Amino acid sequence: MPKVTIDGKSIEVEEGTTILNAARQIGGELVPPAMCYYSTLKGSGGKCRTCLVKVTKGSDRDPRPMPKLMASCQTMVMDGMEVASATDESVTNARAAVTEFLLINHPLDCPICDQAGECHLQDLAFEHGKSNTRFEFERRTFEKIDIGPYIKLHMTRCIMCWRCVYTAQQLTPERVHGIIGRGDHAEISTYIEKSVESEFSGNVIDVCPVGALTDRTFRFKSRVWFLNPMDAHRDCPTCSGKAVVWMYGGDIYRVTARKDKYGEVHDFICNTCRFEKKDKNDWIVEGPRAIDQHSVISQNHYDQGSITVV
Amino acid sequence: MARKLLLGNVHVEGINTYEVYRKHGGYSSVEKALKKMTPDEVVEEVKKSGLRGRGGAGFPTGLKWSFLAKPEGVPRYLVCNADESEPGTFKDRYLMEKIPHLLIEGMITASYALGANTSFIYIRGEYSWILFILEKAIAEAYDKGWLGKNIKGSGYDLDLYVNIGAGAYICGEETALLESLEGKRGNPRIKPPFPAVKGLWQCPTVVNNVETIAAVVPIVNDGGDEYAKIGIDKSTGTKLISASGNIRHPGVYEIELGMTVENFLYSDQWCGGMKNGKKLKALVPGGSSVPILPHYLVTKTAKGDQRLMTYESLADGGFESGSMLGSGGFIVYDEDQCIVRNTWNFSRFYAHESCGQCSPCREGTSWMEKVLHRLENGQGKMSDIDLLADVAKKIEGNTICPLGDAAAWPVSAAIRHFRDEFEWHVKDPQGCMQRNYGLAHVPIENQLINA
Repeated sequence: MPKVTIDGKSIEVEEGTTILNAARQIGGELVPPAMCYYSTLKGSGGKCRTCLVKVTKGSDRDPRPMPKLMASCQTMVMDGMEVASATDESVTNARAAVTEFLLINHPLDCPICDQAGECHLQDLAFEHGKSNTRFEFERRTFEKIDIGPYIKLHMTRCIMCWRCVYTAQQLTPERVHGIIGRGDHAEISTYIEKSVESEFSGNVIDVCPVGALTDRTFRFKSRVWFLNPMDAHRDCPTCSGKAVVWMYGGDIYRVTARKDKYGEVHDFICNTCRFEKKDKNDWIVEGPRAIDQHSVISQNHYDQGSITVV
Repeated sequence: MARKLLLGNVHVEGINTYEVYRKHGGYSSVEKALKKMTPDEVVEEVKKSGLRGRGGAGFPTGLKWSFLAKPEGVPRYLVCNADESEPGTFKDRYLMEKIPHLLIEGMITASYALGANTSFIYIRGEYSWILFILEKAIAEAYDKGWLGKNIKGSGYDLDLYVNIGAGAYICGEETALLESLEGKRGNPRIKPPFPAVKGLWQCPTVVNNVETIAAVVPIVNDGGDEYAKIGIDKSTGTKLISASGNIRHPGVYEIELGMTVENFLYSDQWCGGMKNGKKLKALVPGGSSVPILPHYLVTKTAKGDQRLMTYESLADGGFESGSMLGSGGFIVYDEDQCIVRNTWNFSRFYAHESCGQCSPCREGTSWMEKVLHRLENGQGKMSDIDLLADVAKKIEGNTICPLGDAAAWPVSAAIRHFRDEFEWHVKDPQGCMQRNYGLAHVPIENQLINA
C-alpha cells in the first residue's frame, strides 16, 4: 500500500486514493478544503481549485517535486509521496486567491440566505478570505428561477461546482439539468424550466455547497441554527428513509439527508421524504444529530460537554 | 533560397485538386510508408526528424506518438486539431484552403504509423467553407483508393472524417476537443489520464496540429535525418508563420527554423519591415497567448545574442525577457499602437472564451478584462496596475488547462515591459484616449515627460 506524508504526518492508503482522501483519513488542519469534489458523485472535483496542494516529492521512484500546485482531489497518491498542505505558504496563498475569485461575483447576501450557517463558501471565506474586496465592478446577477415545485435556483450565488449537474445525471434517469454558456456568464439551467420531475431531484439542494439551490418548502422559514437537527428515519418505499429532521419545538421545519463531516451525503433521500413528510408522526426520531462543535448550528443546543464530533 | 517543404507547390494552379496534387508528387509518402515501411519505422523517422508540435506547445511529436498506449483489441485514434482560433494565427487555414490534400496525405501516413483505423479532423466552426474544401478532397481520396478498405492493396484500412466545431476557442485544447468530438460540452478534462492513454471514447488517442501532421509528409518522403538538417538544435524543420500587424507584407510564410528574427521582420522576402516608415514598438512572436516583447528585445536577447526564429531562442531569458514561438502568430506593433488597448483586446478574448469550469480562469479572466477596460477608458487607478499583475499571477498555473496561463501571460508581460504606458493611462487619460485614435507619435522614451 502506498505511503504518503502530508504536512509531516504519514499514512498508508489504498492504491488509487487521492491526496484529498488520504488527508481526510489523517484528519485535522491539513485536510484541504473542497468546494466541488463530492466523494459520492463520479467525475466531480478538479474545478474549484481550493484543494490545491504542493507535492514536494513525487514518489520514492521519482522523487522530483511536481512543478505546479496540484488539485488534491484529482491527484493519486504514489508510494513515498510527500505533500505540503496547510503548512506551505504558496498553498495557502493559492487558496486565498481562489477564495477571492469565488467571492468576486458572489452576492454576499448571507443575512438573507438560507444556506448561511451550513455554507461551505462561508467556511472557506472565514478561513482564507479577506475582510475587504479589490473587485470594484458590478457583480454578475441572474434572475431567480423555480426548477420544479420544490427547488429554487438562485444562480447569482452559484460557484459553478457542477455537483448538482452530476447529481442530476447520476441519480435521475433523464438528463434535464446542465450548464449553458461559458466563462463567468455560464449558468446552471434546465432543459425546460420547472420541468425537473424526478423523485430524487431534491438532492441537488443538499449537494450545493452554497445557497444557489434552496428548498422552496423551507425558504425564509428559519435560520438553520435556531433549529434542532435530529436523526430520524421512516419506512420509505423509494429511498433509505434515513434523514435528518430539523425541528423547532414539536414542528419539523425541514428534512435533509444525513451529511458527514465534510458535508457529503452518502444515503440520498427522495423528494417525498424531503418535501412532503413534515409531520412529526411521519418520522421515528432517533435522537440529536451529532454536529461538529465548530459549526454555528451546534450553538445554543447542547452544553459543551455532550458534544460528539462525527 | 529557403526550402519550402509544405508550401512549395502552393502557387501551382489547381493544386487543391487531386490530379494536380498527385502530379506534383502527392501521396508519395503514403505509397512509401505503406509499401516499404512498418508503422514503427514511420514513428522512428518522425522521432529522428525532431519535429515538434506546431500548435503552440512545441512538444516533440515522435515522443508523443511513442507514448500512445497500444492495448489489444482497443481502437486507437488520430485526431487532427484544426481548431485554429488563436488571435494572430491563420497558418492552418491557409494550408487547408490551398493544399487540402497535403493534410489528408499526412493524416493517412500518420494514422498508419499509429495504427489508427479511424481518424478525425476537428475544424473550427468559423472555417465552414474549408469544411467543404476538405470534404471534397476526402471524397477524391476515397475515389482514388487512398482512403477506405485495403488502401492500395496494403491491407491497411482507414476512414477519415471531418468534424466541425461550434466556435469555441477552448475546443482547441486537446481534451476539450475530444469532449466536443464526442458530442459533449467542450470542457477540458483533468489530466492525467492523458489522451495517449484515455482519449477519444476512452481509447488511446493522439491529437496533433494541422501543420504537424502535414510535416509528416516531407519527413517520410525525404527521411527524418534530412528533415533534421534544417534548423538549429532542437528546433528542426520548417515552420509556418502567420505574420500580421504593421508590416509591409503580412501573410503566411514558411521559414526554416533558425532564421534571425531581424531577417524575417525586415527582409523584403518576408515581412518587409515596418509599414509607412514607422518604428517598431513591440512584437508578439507566437500568437496572442505568448508574452509580448518590447522593441529592444525583438532582434537581440537580453544577453545580447541574435534572436532567432527557434523555440529556444525566442524563449531565451524566460518570461523576464523572452517569449515563445507558440503557434507562429507573428504580430508586429508599430509606435502608434497602444499596448494597453491591445492587452485589453486579448483579455476580452480570453474572458469570452474561458469555459467557466475552474474558478481562477472563470473569474480571473473577466476581472482582468474589466480592469483593463477601465484603464483603457481613462478611469483607471494606479493601484489597478499592481492588481492586474497580481490577478494574472494568481491565475497562472492554478487552472485545469493552459487557457488560464494563456490569459495571464500577455497581461503580466505587458505590465512587465510597458508599465510606463499603463501609468500614463492613469496619469493622462485624455492624452492616451487621443493617441488611441492615431496620434501616437510620442516616442516611447518620452511618454511620461509629455504626459
